[in-house]
Amino acid sequence: VLAEQDSAAAQQYVRQGCPTALRADLWALILNISNQPEDILYYEQLKSNVIQHDLLVDSLIYKDVKLTASNDDYYFVFEDYLYQVLLCFSRDTSVLEHFTYSSATPPKSYIQGKLGMEEYAVFYPPNGVIPFHGFSMYVAPLCFLYHEPSKLYQIFREMYVRFFFRLHSISSHPSGIVSLCLLFETLLQTHLPQLFYHLREIGAQPLRISFKWMVRAFSGYLATDQLLLLWDRILGYNSLEVLAVLAAAVFAFRAVNLMEVTSLAAAEAVLADLSTLKVMPLLQIFLFATVT
Amino acid sequence: FRIMAGKVKWVTDIEKSVLINNFEKRGWIQVAENEDWNFYWMSVQTIRNVFSVETGYRLSDDQIVNHFPNHYELTRKDLMVKNIKRYRKELEKEGSPLAEKDENGKYIYLDFVPVTFMLPADYNLFVEEFRKNPSSTWIMKPCGKAQGKGIFLINKLSQIKKWSRDSKTSSFVSQSSKEAYVISLYINNPLLIGGKKFDLRLYVLVSTYRPLRCYMYKLGFCRFCTVKYTPSTSELDNMFVHLTNVAIQKHGDDYNHIHGGKWTVSNLRLYLESTRGKEVTNKLFDEIHWIIVQSLKAVAPVMNNDKHCFECYGYDIIIDDKLKPWLIEVNASPSLTSSTANDRILKYNLINDTLNIAVPNGEIPDCKWNKSPPKEVLGNYEVLYDEEMAQGEGADRDLRGRPGQSPGVKGSRARDSGKPVLTTWK
Repeated sequence: VLAEQDSAAAQQYVRQGCPTALRADLWALILNISNQPEDILYYEQLKSNVIQHDLLVDSLIYKDVKLTASNDDYYFVFEDYLYQVLLCFSRDTSVLEHFTYSSATPPKSYIQGKLGMEEYAVFYPPNGVIPFHGFSMYVAPLCFLYHEPSKLYQIFREMYVRFFFRLHSISSHPSGIVSLCLLFETLLQTHLPQLFYHLREIGAQPLRISFKWMVRAFSGYLATDQLLLLWDRILGYNSLEVLAVLAAAVFAFRAVNLMEVTSLAAAEAVLADLSTLKVMPLLQIFLFATVT
Repeated sequence: FRIMAGKVKWVTDIEKSVLINNFEKRGWIQVAENEDWNFYWMSVQTIRNVFSVETGYRLSDDQIVNHFPNHYELTRKDLMVKNIKRYRKELEKEGSPLAEKDENGKYIYLDFVPVTFMLPADYNLFVEEFRKNPSSTWIMKPCGKAQGKGIFLINKLSQIKKWSRDSKTSSFVSQSSKEAYVISLYINNPLLIGGKKFDLRLYVLVSTYRPLRCYMYKLGFCRFCTVKYTPSTSELDNMFVHLTNVAIQKHGDDYNHIHGGKWTVSNLRLYLESTRGKEVTNKLFDEIHWIIVQSLKAVAPVMNNDKHCFECYGYDIIIDDKLKPWLIEVNASPSLTSSTANDRILKYNLINDTLNIAVPNGEIPDCKWNKSPPKEVLGNYEVLYDEEMAQGEGADRDLRGRPGQSPGVKGSRARDSGKPVLTTWK
């Protein structure tokens, strides 16, 4: 597949998961990232923008990285890369293009005294995306695949405008976070009605726990090698629905323990540590095993 | 045969919970040093006394200690280098293919220790080497210290004038007043991850040197510097950039108590496979195993293979940006202090698995046993090299290796040294 540089074939291929050594190239092929000289130049331009002027959102990025990735056993190593990528990302106006197919609109800032007058509006931040707590975790796993900053940046940007933006904007798109929540609840209610009912009864609504997993696409919750296998499927099927399925599968896996808890805190405790989970067996059992 | 009843009596002079918890969980009984004991986990100072000619005492068959009497042949920086150099020369004299050199006179398979000299003894030899590459950086390390103490970098001869043999403080002053140092070529192109330098800490258990039987702990870790690496000369004095010892990094501004700047070896593997490819990654790990075994073989002839002894070493390895591993040093007493929660668990399990191998079944030991534990008790250890088993497979096969071939071809050396049990070696 790689020799042929066939993007569509690559997408088919990764549905079965990538061998670790080929993943970086396969993903780049699917996302159409070739790291041409003009791409590298564009990235350097963004970097010089970072050096030239600060943005208020920079502080949000610093805080986010320090609170999340810096404390993570897997990702702390890449702290500096995360700053680089995210600071550049905030200044990248090409990201604004994704708003043509997103139901969100970028925030605007008005020159003082000219509130509401469109001629005096600019998008803020320049890329129209305000980072939130955990945002850096979208980038972190990619650091395991790409050690060259400009390529890392482009891969992340493409992943964002194709997939991640749907996880934090309201829309009716099947891969949007709202649909994922609905899918999760439907799956759980359909396949584990007793568990669903029990958790609701004790005030531990399942979505309250699984929401954070899905918004972050499970980054920071799964072990990195498992996370990458999960993201293989996102790319392969061009959909985020697998996140909802995995969330339901996790509940199914821990159902026995969950049936015994009597509070939200206890339910959270049962589901606090996902680092030992193996994604593929979990998904397969949930999807294909017959219920006795 | 005599079945020894009763619980193992233990002593230690290292007050660490990861040790004591392991003894207690086996139901062993703590005793004092002057009482009858079966198992003594001692510090390196104590082992010196136990085996010293004047004060030493004879150990009985049911007593085991955690150090070899002359472990310093491997764990003192100067002696390690001396033994490896001697080993290489011997192999060269025998005409062994392992001692093959390339066109530049460098050993192809045995060049895993950076160029090193003893000071003040080899001062003049060092100066000669230094002048060949005057822009190189060298690292000065005191022979007898640990945890990064007393280490500094130099790039000018004037910085080590004190050790010159012509210096006014030499000749009539006893050697001990001028502390022994080793000076090694500094690896200024370390592999960087996330822009940071790191080294590898691997645990290796040796149960006997002749025949050599050693185990490698699967859960080693990488220790990262908290500050971004720069080879710039202005930062030579900044130990946070260059030394990976946790004891040093712990005092840096950015030290984090959750992960402690440590990465698992499996993370390293995932990262390298993803960014560099599977073959070069496998080759790297093969080479790491290789240099550990070679270092043990180098000291095996001079080691006092006392049957009462086993030892768990902490190997420090640095990988350069060409993915070549370098042996920096071997520690006889790897730190049992835990810097994070994960660390505590790892060290607890390390001791647990070590005891399972060294003291079979947790019963009163008989040091005459064959030191061949069953596979089930290895825990997170895997057999690194078992000389007996290797010899059993016939180490005198024909060698098919050709000179000058890249180290990727393992055919020749694997056969000569005897095929180790780890199947990663081809």
